[in-house]
Amino acid sequence: MKEIRIHGRGGQGSVTAAELLAVAAFADNKFSQAFPAFGVERRGAPVQAFTRISDAPIRLRSQIYKPDYVIVQDSTLLEVVDVAGGLKDDGILIINSEFGPETFKLDTKARIMTVNATKIALDIIGRPIVNTVLLGAFAGATGEIRPGSIMDAVRERFPGKVGERNSEAIMEAYKMMEASI
Amino acid sequence: MKILPGGICDAGTTRVNKTGGWRTFKPVYDYDKCIKCKLCELLCPDSAVHPRDDGYFEFDYDFCKGCGICANECPKSAITMVLEEK
Amino acid sequence: MPREMNLDKSKMVVVEGSYAVAHAVKACRPNVISAYPITPQTHIVEDLSQFMADGEIPNCEYINVESEFSALSALVGASAAGARCYSATTSQGLELMHEVLFNVSGMRLPVVMTIVNRAVSAPISIWNDHQDTISQRDTGWIQLYAENIQEVSDMTAQAYRISEDRDILMPSMTCMDGFILSHVYEPVVLLEQDLTDGFLPAYEPEHVLDPKNPLTFGAFADPNYYTEFRYLQEQAMQRALKKIEDVANEFYDIYGRYYGGLIDEYRTDDAEIIIMAMGSVVGTIKDVIDKLRDRNVKAGLLKIRSFRPFPAEAIKNVIRDAKVVVVLDKNITLGLNEGALFTETKSTLYNTDVRVPIIGYMLGHGGRDIRIETIERVIDEATEVMKTGIRIESQFTDLREELL
Repeated sequence: MKEIRIHGRGGQGSVTAAELLAVAAFADNKFSQAFPAFGVERRGAPVQAFTRISDAPIRLRSQIYKPDYVIVQDSTLLEVVDVAGGLKDDGILIINSEFGPETFKLDTKARIMTVNATKIALDIIGRPIVNTVLLGAFAGATGEIRPGSIMDAVRERFPGKVGERNSEAIMEAYKMMEASI
Repeated sequence: MKILPGGICDAGTTRVNKTGGWRTFKPVYDYDKCIKCKLCELLCPDSAVHPRDDGYFEFDYDFCKGCGICANECPKSAITMVLEEK
Repeated sequence: MPREMNLDKSKMVVVEGSYAVAHAVKACRPNVISAYPITPQTHIVEDLSQFMADGEIPNCEYINVESEFSALSALVGASAAGARCYSATTSQGLELMHEVLFNVSGMRLPVVMTIVNRAVSAPISIWNDHQDTISQRDTGWIQLYAENIQEVSDMTAQAYRISEDRDILMPSMTCMDGFILSHVYEPVVLLEQDLTDGFLPAYEPEHVLDPKNPLTFGAFADPNYYTEFRYLQEQAMQRALKKIEDVANEFYDIYGRYYGGLIDEYRTDDAEIIIMAMGSVVGTIKDVIDKLRDRNVKAGLLKIRSFRPFPAEAIKNVIRDAKVVVVLDKNITLGLNEGALFTETKSTLYNTDVRVPIIGYMLGHGGRDIRIETIERVIDEATEVMKTGIRIESQFTDLREELL
């Protein structure tokens, strides 16, 4: 079983990203579970969402303490949240940033990767919405999920032009991450 | 008698429970004074005043408790409270 | 008996727990829905409102009300008039319904409610525990607790079948853990409309409130009659013990899905340590049991689906040969220092030949996460009890001592 933690700010679509990841994983013939960090959320406040992916049905209901992967939607969160907390040594931490991974000195043995998701989103989607873009980056960095499954899940949730542009951005982020492995 | 689950029973069962015996004074109409204003029927707390075909009213002594509201309110003093003979 | 479940992945979709429940309610073809939104129940009634707006629930009235008290009161009239009725609430909302809960069960109206279990204020908490429904255990409602969203959505149809049976006519609460199940996305088979139309025929009450043929419901009962009404309710609850099993079996025959009847068992056959619990935590416990079994710890799970009626016989039969029983409660009876499942399990055994030591833990209050480590620790402590006997009968666990 793989466990993923997504950090974001209220309104950035962290919960939606976790759900789309669960939908995509199921389409990949895995079992999945997505849930928010049950907080009293408000726009701008740090929030978390979680996804579990497994070959077998998932029964575990506790929260995620030792994630295999962490996705950070907004690098300013690093100042206020321990985003690397509990991350497994052989895990991967994906940060949305224009800077390279060496910029971030975090207390983790896990591999840090960065992607300029904001730029990709602005260039392709036309708005700074990075949650779906980061899912493409996740697929490229981890190989846990097919990018096509994420694109299908996003197109189903956001039909029409919005879904198409998001799919394009997902593919772009996927290729960038795959190349940087 | 068997009870039904949920306390379900016929409606209006208080009809079999005649309460007029409680009365000490009973109201009596003087139809010569009555102007058919209907106040007695409206104000009776026991619904014991019923209209007649001729427009006048009559008391249902099975349920009239003799409270005297009708006599008190009658604008023509057409109702008298009379001591019940028991 | 535990049964094989054949989950057809091709029929499954990944949806939110609340959506799965709302969809199940729709498939049950309700006639009147009345509910007041409250976290974490809100998504269920929002989804139902959407179905109504889209015309997807035919022959149904959705009554907007100004409180939970009104929501359930509206259903008293609607159910007496012969409508299949639904509501959903949680926590303070359920406590506000307290008086009406007795009216519904006393008038033998087969209303079904989903309770999205949440802690009770004060202090304010929107997170999960079972204090809200446990506090309503004496109101004459059947209480079923679900492990996952597949179970709670399927339980909706089961609850109508149980409640509307003329031998039962008692209302049901189907209980799902707030956020943990209501807000989780996971694969589920949405309750099938075609199968449900066969499984759950239209509600046909024997007595109907109708102005053309007036009847009195919930009549005055003086001391000559009141006791007999309570006795009849208890008889119905006792009959529900078998009905809950029968309906679960019939559901399995039609849908191929089974989660237990009154109870379910997991690896209890040779278990020395049996853990008893209700709700979503049983999933976590199953994972822990598998792990401990690999280390030759003979642990098993007794999942309680029906808390009302209380499955005393079923519990006795499962724990009879265990060496120690651990009861987990997400609630507390203040002044007794015990959770309700613990207290009632013990009382069930007192006048019997079953003499197994039982210890109780109160945990998961106000949304405190129940971690794998917690389950492992209580099993460790249960292992000690096998050697030394009971030292502490009932206690809080996962207490943050540094705050006290």
